[in-house]
Amino acid sequence: MSEKSEQQRLSVFKTYKLYVGGKFPRSESGRVYEVTDSKDKWLANAPLSSRKDARDAVVAARKAFGGWSGATAYNRGQILYRVAEMLEGRREQFTREVADAEGLSKSKATAVVDATIDRWVWYAGWTDKIAQVVGGGNPVAGPFFNLSSPEPTGVVAVLAPQESSFLGLVSVLAPVIATGNTAIVIASEKSPLPALSLGEVLATSDVPGGVVNVLSGRTAEIATPLASHQDVNAIDLAGADDVLAKELEIAAADNLKRVLRPQPVDNVDWSTTPGLDRMTAFLETKTVWHPTGSLGASGSAY
Amino acid sequence: MASASAFEYAPAPESRSVVDIAPSHGLFIDGEFTEAADGKVFKAVSPSTEEVLSEIAQAGEADVDRAVKAARKAFEKWSALPGSERAKYLFRIARIIQERSRELAVLETLDNGKPIKETRDADLPLVAAHFFYYAGWADKLDHAGFGANPRPLGVAGQVIPWNFPLLMLAWKIAPALATGNTVVLKPAETTPLSALFFADICRQAGLPKGVVNILPGYGDTGAALIAHPDVNKVAFTGSTAVGKEIARTVAGTRKKLTLELGGKGANIVFDDAPIDQAVEGIVSGIFFNQGQVCCAGSRLLVQESIQDELLESLKRRLSTLRLGDPLDKNTDIGAINSAEQLARITALTEQGEAEGAERWSPACELPSSGYWFAPTLFTNVTQAHTIARDEIFGPVLSVLSFRTPDEAVAKANNSQYGLSAGIWTEKGSRILAVAGKLRAGVIWSNTFNKFDPTSPFGGYKESGFGREGGRHGLEAYLDV
Amino acid sequence: MPTTASPAHSLTDVAASDSTLRRFLHGLPGVDAVGLEARAASLGTRSIKTTAKAYAIDLAISMVDLTTLEGADTPGKVRALGAKAVRPDPTDRTTPATAAVCVYPDMVTVAKEAVAGSGVKVASVATAFPAGRAALDVKLADVRDAVAAGADEVDMVIDRGAFLAGHYMKVYDEIVAVRETCGTSARLKVIFETGELSTYDNIRRASWLGMLAGADFIKTSTGKVAVNATPPNTLLMLEAVRDFRAQTGIQVGVKPAGGIRTTKDAIKFLVLVNETVGEDWLDNHWFRFGASSLLNDLLMQRQKLATGRYSGPDYVTVD
Repeated sequence: MSEKSEQQRLSVFKTYKLYVGGKFPRSESGRVYEVTDSKDKWLANAPLSSRKDARDAVVAARKAFGGWSGATAYNRGQILYRVAEMLEGRREQFTREVADAEGLSKSKATAVVDATIDRWVWYAGWTDKIAQVVGGGNPVAGPFFNLSSPEPTGVVAVLAPQESSFLGLVSVLAPVIATGNTAIVIASEKSPLPALSLGEVLATSDVPGGVVNVLSGRTAEIATPLASHQDVNAIDLAGADDVLAKELEIAAADNLKRVLRPQPVDNVDWSTTPGLDRMTAFLETKTVWHPTGSLGASGSAY
Repeated sequence: MASASAFEYAPAPESRSVVDIAPSHGLFIDGEFTEAADGKVFKAVSPSTEEVLSEIAQAGEADVDRAVKAARKAFEKWSALPGSERAKYLFRIARIIQERSRELAVLETLDNGKPIKETRDADLPLVAAHFFYYAGWADKLDHAGFGANPRPLGVAGQVIPWNFPLLMLAWKIAPALATGNTVVLKPAETTPLSALFFADICRQAGLPKGVVNILPGYGDTGAALIAHPDVNKVAFTGSTAVGKEIARTVAGTRKKLTLELGGKGANIVFDDAPIDQAVEGIVSGIFFNQGQVCCAGSRLLVQESIQDELLESLKRRLSTLRLGDPLDKNTDIGAINSAEQLARITALTEQGEAEGAERWSPACELPSSGYWFAPTLFTNVTQAHTIARDEIFGPVLSVLSFRTPDEAVAKANNSQYGLSAGIWTEKGSRILAVAGKLRAGVIWSNTFNKFDPTSPFGGYKESGFGREGGRHGLEAYLDV
Repeated sequence: MPTTASPAHSLTDVAASDSTLRRFLHGLPGVDAVGLEARAASLGTRSIKTTAKAYAIDLAISMVDLTTLEGADTPGKVRALGAKAVRPDPTDRTTPATAAVCVYPDMVTVAKEAVAGSGVKVASVATAFPAGRAALDVKLADVRDAVAAGADEVDMVIDRGAFLAGHYMKVYDEIVAVRETCGTSARLKVIFETGELSTYDNIRRASWLGMLAGADFIKTSTGKVAVNATPPNTLLMLEAVRDFRAQTGIQVGVKPAGGIRTTKDAIKFLVLVNETVGEDWLDNHWFRFGASSLLNDLLMQRQKLATGRYSGPDYVTVD
């Protein structure tokens, strides 16, 4: 390709869209907002999601919950690993987007994307182990078999971190879906493009539609209806400031959502290996009892 | 109400003399019994007779502040104590509870109105067992799965209900102390006595001052405790409405919160159930503790093909329940805990009738004084009835039917709550399939209302969050 | 062997063939062992005091099938037993007589004489008691001997081997044949030897099988194996007679036997009766204790209630 022809060719812009229910809609409001890089240079327009988009995302997430939570843990692990595989093939794209979004050098952005891919691999391996680590049999003092198992809590609204647009995003999203929840994730308000592109990856990674729903726009505007939505089971406030976090936590009390407050370590360093906390925050413990009895009636006495 | 039989059980009252209730009781702050700062008192009343048992100091905001300060002061040393030493204090407490269990059982029956059979055979053994269980954790927290050297949170503000006063205290205090927290606990206004006797046990055990503080009072006392800025952990068992208020109160703080709230448990009986045991499970599910149990099986979901037969058996069984003097060792059904609760049960059952459900109770003579409600069963109930949706917290069973397992699960889950459920079938795979689909924290299959300190307890959805009991129960009191 | 006569109840077609019988018995509701035992234990905590205890003790005495089933039984031993059954406490004539004496067939004549005119019944074990391992002819001859000697009641054992092998029709037919041999003069108690049937499901099936075949009483045990009457297996059999009457209108009695030695135990069983089937069964026509040493404990407790003093073994008769 000669220099001349390169100058002549007009590049194709990408229209960034939401990812809801496995489809790529525009905001039903028809609104977009300008996304700029760290030097205020225009990068693209992103959908400015409305309350109605949030509501549609909840419907999609609820619809997907039965299938996703009912899938085998092995299957979920395979799918999460597939996400990593797909991302690996699009490293260049995400490196560029992350570099633009976060003002990073190419090498630093590459490191972030690599860490993000590795994070998917890490959580892919957890899907069929978490139940063994946090569940188990309980030695009750009686003739009963008693087993506690973790179960996903349901539909989780996730406010992705504002600064770490990709590694932070995946670090809060992957633990939610690894255990069988479905998610509505609100992308970093300032830097939503990696999140919106991630939707394209998820759509081609066998993640069933509706398991992850990505919304971009004003975090507070989208999060408020989600926090009070009666069909949302939990909310991760990682991307909320203190004032918004408190408002949302109050709203979340209406149906007693499980709330993961912004953690002191958020936005400090997403690169360290996570613990179990972000998974267990959105797990319920179900304990099932059953009589054991004896082999026969003969053993019984007064 | 046991039908007149030639075999009439003579009265068999447990002796009251085993417990000595002082005419007045103070708050327990910093190891001392003390009057309320503003001198306020309220009366502890026996719900089965309306007799005044004692006058109780009523904690106000100033007392809350004093108690939290005492707990904060005690926290430094208590949390620094080797786990093995904390364990020994808890073992001591467990042993003293066992030694004094008859006294505490009688006390609890007097103050709460529940039958001595239950306080003696269920409440007290479980209370002692809970302290034993968590005592053993105190020096093994490194192995509990929360990382090395997990740290306590600080001062725990705990508010407990009146249905299992001492047991709920044990569920709150045992894990809090084992993990190195100190405690300010508010018992319910209608059942303050056993918590104050527990304070005395703490003294007998030599527990350092300020580690446990007991503040009797009403809702405003609890609200002040929960809102206190120096409380690090809030644990509440009670109604969902109050639970939501508490969640709003602690919003935006760093206070860790666990809530154990209401329920509307579905007890699902399939056509291949072990019928006689299912009948017993239904009875225990809704009439244990007069149905004043958050995990009660208050909705009976019975497969339509056996509905008539099962109801006949159930009614026959209900006719043998013995209602009356809670101190009588043969009493199955005691008093409702308060006039207020009785009014709520009465109102909801009247609404049940008004909405067209069919009401039935066995022939049953109620004592002339005290708060009493006959075991009651409603048939012709649908999901739309108030008595199928609202928690009644009384001896009232709503009977609904289903045709298929799918329908049973859908109806069972169709509730804002998700605390407990029961499954009755002899088919193992059906138990596992149904248990897997039910959105509830505790599933009893072919049994009901079983509790154990090793077994985590707590709800889904609006039944609250966090677990009490077992290894899981430690998490609520650790900085993890 | 074809059934020669059918009992008169609405479930006769159940025993039309081995397969209909099996389907019926296996279609009975299952028993959850833990739940059953918990219910029995819970009823065992009833506190029976003062007037209730006095009533229960006299009722229990009146329900005793005073039993001697030893190889060493002699006419003298049986006569002594008969005298004790008629007048359990010679020092207190208000003490009720026992329901029956229970002996081997060859002792029936002696026993009849010993209790003559008292209203105390004579029960005889039969059908190659306790193992039941004999040809049907031999078993029936055993029964005929007992009935001919004047037995008011026959306590037969079922063929546990046939039952465990699933040959329910064989067990059924044997009971029907014995029932017929008893004629109209003797009531038939059918012993399942619950300790050998092993599971509660089997005990429920055996109960229904026995009742379908015409048992007047269903009885737990021979007293000759390790596990005899227990509160749970008796509770289960009480549930069976309750349900059988509800379905057919026919009332059947229950007899726990073996291992019940104290007043406390006996009262537990009476509580089971009272709260499971009610007062219709609180009568020695419908409930019995197969026991020997139990009687003296009941008598000592009765003396204690009457005098306020604890009694001792020297104050009751030892035979």
